[in-house]
Amino acid sequence: MRILGRRVVFYLITALAAITVDFFIPRLMPGNPVEAILAHLQGQISASTVKSLAVQFGVQTKQGLLGQYLTYLNNILHGNFGISTSYYPSTVSSVIKGALPWTLGLVGVATVISFVLGTLVGVLVAWRRGSWLDNLLPAMTFFQAAPYFFIAFLALELFAARLGWFPTGRAYNQLDFPAFTLPFAGDVLSHAVLPALTIVVCSAAGWIVGMRNVMVTTMDEDYVLVAQAKGLGKRRVVWYAARNAVLPSVAGFSLAIGFIVSGALLTEIVFSYPGVGWILLQAVNNRDYPLLQGIFLIITFAVLAANLAADFVYVMLDPRTRQEA
Amino acid sequence: MSAMTDFGAASADSARAAAGPPEPAAGAARRSRGRRVRLPKSPKIIFGVITLGLFFVLAVIGPWIAPYSPGASVSTTNGVPQPPSAAHWLGTTQLQQDVFSQLLVGGRSMLVVAFLSGAVATVLSVVIGVTAGYLAGLADDLLSMVANFFLVLPALPLLIVIFGFLPASSGSNDLLIGLIIAITGWAWGARVLRAQTLSLRSRDYVDSARLVGERTWRIIGYEILPNLMPIVASSFLFTVLYAVGTYTAMAFLGLINPEHWSWGTMLFWAQSANAEISGWWWWYLPPGLAVAFLGTSLALLNFGVDEFINPRLRAAGLTRKRVKRYAAGPVPRRFQLGMTPVVRLRDGGQP
Repeated sequence: MRILGRRVVFYLITALAAITVDFFIPRLMPGNPVEAILAHLQGQISASTVKSLAVQFGVQTKQGLLGQYLTYLNNILHGNFGISTSYYPSTVSSVIKGALPWTLGLVGVATVISFVLGTLVGVLVAWRRGSWLDNLLPAMTFFQAAPYFFIAFLALELFAARLGWFPTGRAYNQLDFPAFTLPFAGDVLSHAVLPALTIVVCSAAGWIVGMRNVMVTTMDEDYVLVAQAKGLGKRRVVWYAARNAVLPSVAGFSLAIGFIVSGALLTEIVFSYPGVGWILLQAVNNRDYPLLQGIFLIITFAVLAANLAADFVYVMLDPRTRQEA
Repeated sequence: MSAMTDFGAASADSARAAAGPPEPAAGAARRSRGRRVRLPKSPKIIFGVITLGLFFVLAVIGPWIAPYSPGASVSTTNGVPQPPSAAHWLGTTQLQQDVFSQLLVGGRSMLVVAFLSGAVATVLSVVIGVTAGYLAGLADDLLSMVANFFLVLPALPLLIVIFGFLPASSGSNDLLIGLIIAITGWAWGARVLRAQTLSLRSRDYVDSARLVGERTWRIIGYEILPNLMPIVASSFLFTVLYAVGTYTAMAFLGLINPEHWSWGTMLFWAQSANAEISGWWWWYLPPGLAVAFLGTSLALLNFGVDEFINPRLRAAGLTRKRVKRYAAGPVPRRFQLGMTPVVRLRDGGQP
């Protein structure tokens, strides 16, 4: 368990470093951040907003940099990310709280589906190497290289605008009121299909290629030969090889989750899905700096948590990591 | 273009050096050195090289051969984009700008940003990764920690925050954009290079160089670095690929000055006019496909480099038809589990 303890410490330090980066970026930029915001907003801002911004960025306070930093840390620990300028007078945390469930639901489900599906297809492609399945790889490369939002454009044009199978955006019908009823659940589901499909199609390609490459190497290992020489069934042998080959995929999760989250944010924007990506776009368009910084921190924390979960799974899967402890 | 071929040659050379047989077969290795460097022949690599070459040509001559200015309205009938026609090969945008001209002009900025950040990030990753792997101890712990930090941090939100605060004028500075993307993109390469350096530094030939009394920088530069070249090339291509995606995404979000033409800003304009639900496919399809094909060509080249590092992947890449064409002896038609396929050419060479 020492391994996991070290990982937890690392993630805590990383979270602290992210907060520090978030604190310093506006202060390192040329000029006074509040003035920069005012210049962008061109006077469409109330006096009280100016004051709250000044307090948040420590412009007119007598505190030194260290004092400002400690105040900032204290605020973050209490979930206080400041006040949003575009959703004034809502706080940043309440704006994010409204959007987070949509993103977590969409991205979480899509990531799990794409990991499971991609790994299975990767095993299949490696098992049948040399067959027509190898032709899948260049196509996969294309989906891997294409920007998520471009695939989202195509999905929208084809399935929503032309075929009319799915709605063109948003998470539920505007006339509906969110409620725990069956029709509403169906409505949410039909709105989620296209964005989820986009994320799965784009991110599964990475898992397929990764799994296939490791699987090809693993199938040449001696223990696979032994398993076959013993006369085990083919499925069983592939299962043994796949169990070993999946480890790098799990270990590579930390690298992938950042890409997937970034891509998912952009997918949400294309589909006007009311998640974190959508409010991120609003924050960029309205130069809502407190919201921008808050979203950055929340996404970072979410990615760190996902990584920690992947580490736990890795320790569960690989007994060698437990032996060291 | 020539830079890419050099990469292929360098990696081919050093891959053989790395895999080169030890003392007894040294004579054979020396004899083969006189031969021409084996260039990759797999269709993936050929496709990648050709596509990338076309993109380079486009980036150089695109702005000159563009029939219209990318931002100019070519007609006064505003409002509805016109579909492709003889006058406008890829139609027009809502502001009646010529899409084909935008596509031609936009390639330069994309390639400059992508390859600049790829180069900067690769230099960073080599310096940090090799130093960490070779020095070990406290320096290694610290550098690895920094690399892991950048690896875990979600890059796009970080870039959005950085660009959100930058003065608006920097939104059209390709050099600055490339440098900032490089800062978020070097960590993966550094981690891979560190791992490989760790394994190389305990090899016998490095030990002997150390015993002979060679200086540290010479061991790193002449003994270790040449053997890392395939990995460096692979991480360079990976970072360029990453920069292509990131730059497009940032322009799409409107963080780059929308008047600074690139394929990402074209997608930005298309999205803000709802082109994807209005059926104006000629507006967003060309820039999206351009990004996707540029990315595909880089990824295919990367596969090629991977196949140098891991020959098992190379053999696996042969389809049945090609095996039939190349194989000299009876080769199992269908892949058999647990068998390493060995493929020989009729003339005794290797595929």
